[in-house]
Amino acid sequence: MLEIEHLTVRYGRRTVLRDCSLRVGEGEWWMLVGPNGAGKSTLIRAAAGAVPCEGELRFEGEDLTRMKPARRARLIGILDQHNTSSYDYSVEEIVGLGRYAHRGMLGADPRGDEAVERAMRETGMTGLRRASVLSLSGGERQRAFLAQVLAQDPRLMILDEPVNHLDLPYQQAIFTLIADWLRKPGRAVLSVVHDLSLARCWGTHAMVLRGGECLARGRAAEALRDGILREAYGMDVGAWMRDQLDVWKE
Amino acid sequence: MFRERFAPVAYLLLTAALLAVMVLCVCAGNQPIPLRETRAVFFGGEVSEANRSILVNVRLPRVLCVALVGASLSLCGAAMQGLLRNPLADGSTLGVSSGASLGAVIALAFGIAVPGLPHAGTMVTAMLFAFGSLALILSLAWMLDRSLETNSIILIGVIFSMFASSMMNLVISFAGERIKSITFWTMGSLSGSRYDYALILAVSLLVCGGVILLHARELNAFAVGEENARHIGVNVRRVKLTLMIAVSVLIGVCVSVGGTIAFVGLVTPHMARLIVGPNHKRLLPASLFSGAIFLLLADLAARTILRPRELSIGVVTSLVGAVAFTLILRFRRKGADGDA
Repeated sequence: MLEIEHLTVRYGRRTVLRDCSLRVGEGEWWMLVGPNGAGKSTLIRAAAGAVPCEGELRFEGEDLTRMKPARRARLIGILDQHNTSSYDYSVEEIVGLGRYAHRGMLGADPRGDEAVERAMRETGMTGLRRASVLSLSGGERQRAFLAQVLAQDPRLMILDEPVNHLDLPYQQAIFTLIADWLRKPGRAVLSVVHDLSLARCWGTHAMVLRGGECLARGRAAEALRDGILREAYGMDVGAWMRDQLDVWKE
Repeated sequence: MFRERFAPVAYLLLTAALLAVMVLCVCAGNQPIPLRETRAVFFGGEVSEANRSILVNVRLPRVLCVALVGASLSLCGAAMQGLLRNPLADGSTLGVSSGASLGAVIALAFGIAVPGLPHAGTMVTAMLFAFGSLALILSLAWMLDRSLETNSIILIGVIFSMFASSMMNLVISFAGERIKSITFWTMGSLSGSRYDYALILAVSLLVCGGVILLHARELNAFAVGEENARHIGVNVRRVKLTLMIAVSVLIGVCVSVGGTIAFVGLVTPHMARLIVGPNHKRLLPASLFSGAIFLLLADLAARTILRPRELSIGVVTSLVGAVAFTLILRFRRKGADGDA
């Protein structure tokens, strides 16, 4: 579905992403992992068309850099790490914005209401539909914006830290929801996560980045190996995580 | 939900209030005209020739111009507050207002006139400077980051406003005897309003206001966040450019007719937001009404408080606007605390 070839992003003279390539196929959940400043969010921003880049970005052979924004939004839904609003829109209005790209010339969107209702139901936001987005907790706000992405009905979801601010029950609920969403044919997920356990448990594939370069990519079990993670993070990640788990053993 | 249900009622109330205020502004003034005579001018009946002349030649064109300028400035303010996601933005944030003012001051100071149209010199120069300012600001912002980032545009706009103000002061220092009329104009005045000005304002509002109203959905997306707008499929650069041009043209025309009138574009969208909420589908039309009503009342105060002397309308809007803005902020803060 998504093909990224030799992607390079520069901010001024600084190269923040160098020669990265990635192919996301149907039914795959790719996890982008790496330390802070590795270029994970930059890769996502490039895929969203938010930063100028070199290399090739294609969706099923179609050049993403030349694609009209509305068409791109019907194919790719993106959830940012930080989502806020300066004005007190209701949750329903925020979720409804996800249907922007589906509206016709006269604003008609026959499946719009149904998609918004379903997205709010799936993210547990139906009860808060009238609430001002400014009055929500961080986790509720994240769920409202995830509902917006779901209402967008994309084929590829790109999620930057999707469970950021969420407590454990909601982390579980959201990852289960994304996994269920992925089961339908013709869909894929690309997400940035810091929690390597989540990456290993839920991801089918992973890409490890460090300093703007790709260290490894492939099936999650192969890409997230001890040696690669040690090189990426500069520490014995496996030992650290095993120590954390040991605390819970009787 | 309350706001959605309330919206049609709010529009009815705002329309009724606008009509009532327009009638009040036509009747009240240095020479009060009874309501009976005002009605007679429009629907036939007995009316003195002096009152008919005041009403038709002075009051009516002024009331029309004031209402149209107020509606335009308020609409531009609401659009800019959404587009730039900044509650402190208004039509002047781009710097176009200062550019137009500089043009008008140059025309007044050096007596620039259009042959055959004695009053058109100021208006044409102000409009040309408004366009020139927009072109310069957008070019500089493009040179800075090659992507027309909102922050770059605001930054260049603020710097350009300061530059234009300095240039204006420089021109004023060479203005000699014309300094009084320039100072009065820079504080805003609609005392010389005419029907042809009202026509220009109406056409500008119809065209540019129409463009802005058609972008209500995009403005909602921008008000949530520019990145979010991009993600949901808004053509960010095209929409931003279209709206900025529409706002600049409208501001340029308003400044050329009435000078720089502060606070209208900043305060009245907040008033409208308190009534109909932040959704631009309801907010933009409500801003049109609230801006017109606010400026009509400010103009009425400007010409009646120190009768027979007339204050600059900008003095009144600044005084009232500052107090109103503080109250709105306090109200919103209380509302937010209540929500939490």
